[in-house]
Amino acid sequence: MIIKILGTGCPNCKKLEANTIEAMNQMGLNLPIVKVTNMEDIMSYDIMSTPGLVFDNKVISTGKVLSPQSIVELFQKHGIK
Amino acid sequence: MNIFTFINETFLKMTWLKDGAGFLLHFIAELFNLNLSDHWIEILQFFIYDVAKIFILMSSLIFLISYVQSYFPPERTSKILSKFKGLSANLLSALLGTITPFCSCSSIPLFIGFTSVGLPIGVTFSFLISSPLVDLASIILLASIFNWKIAIAYVLVGLLLATLGGSLISFFKLEAEIESYVFKKHFNQNELESLSLKERLDVSFMAVKDIVTKVWLYIIIGVGIGAFIHNVVPAEWINVVLGKEQWYSVLLATLIGIPIYADIFGVLPIAVALVDKGVGIGTVLALVMAITTLSLPSLMMLKKVMSLKLLSIFVLIVTTGIIIIGTFFNHFSLWFI
Repeated sequence: MIIKILGTGCPNCKKLEANTIEAMNQMGLNLPIVKVTNMEDIMSYDIMSTPGLVFDNKVISTGKVLSPQSIVELFQKHGIK
Repeated sequence: MNIFTFINETFLKMTWLKDGAGFLLHFIAELFNLNLSDHWIEILQFFIYDVAKIFILMSSLIFLISYVQSYFPPERTSKILSKFKGLSANLLSALLGTITPFCSCSSIPLFIGFTSVGLPIGVTFSFLISSPLVDLASIILLASIFNWKIAIAYVLVGLLLATLGGSLISFFKLEAEIESYVFKKHFNQNELESLSLKERLDVSFMAVKDIVTKVWLYIIIGVGIGAFIHNVVPAEWINVVLGKEQWYSVLLATLIGIPIYADIFGVLPIAVALVDKGVGIGTVLALVMAITTLSLPSLMMLKKVMSLKLLSIFVLIVTTGIIIIGTFFNHFSLWFI
């Protein structure tokens, strides 16, 4: 499982990354996080707003800074423990 | 006092907050035996009142807006818009621009997304103009700081500018001025999972926290500059540059505002101080519109999607529109204040 953060580096993207790390810490997870910052690569995920959160190659959320708590719930929902 | 006035005074103008700040200051002055002149108390009272009022309004507004926005992600907006054509598509795009969450760092994906569902670029432009220009925050803030007549007129002319500006770009058929990769991309619409109530509230709370931590300093600076203009800068100085008698005041205010990027929450305290000094309401609104709609960072993002020619046309249309609106408000200012 690879976690990807899609975003060109705007404050919201950094915030989402920080919250994702926080969520993983809460759950004791240690998954690799890849930051996708190139616009063409970001667009290959067919998203219309950044930041995007991707589990493996599935787009989980776009255009939102999710709270650590929400990300924990998303991890659990997608069977990541 | 009728019920509307009561609600307006209590929740929008927050007159109780001003009284409270005054009471608090007198209390502190007496407690510590400070010898504050009435003039200083007045200045401090205004400062505390203004900062507190903007924070209360800002937090509740951002919460409300984020909640509404969670129902209108750009994916959905583009889907709705794709069913409309012509002027009605532009008007609807301008309307949806006010409630769809959008930040300038998303302009490229947004452009591609809108284009790939078959929307003409003019419709995207209507969205791009109205999104920063007219939103719930600006309406309520204008109503709180000035009055409802100005707030509603601002929304109407803002939507008009976005609708006509976008239509004009459609009319000139400038598709060739858009980078070709925008059209090449085939967009598979992701099926987004719909959010639960808890998730929506959660996102709204996050937005409040996020924006407040980001802009609080600018608000204090804004109120500070406002207080400075209000108390220190002589009215004559300001009126030489931006006064009602000067034919170039609206033009100048617009040009000053374009490169500046600031939040509407930080700009309005300055706007009020200027109006108090006798600057025309249209001149001040032109300044606010230019600051919120056009800024160097957002223009640089847009440059990645379009040619310099189209970008210049966009800036020219918006600038002209703002100047016309400003002149209009100045001309009919008696009707608004």
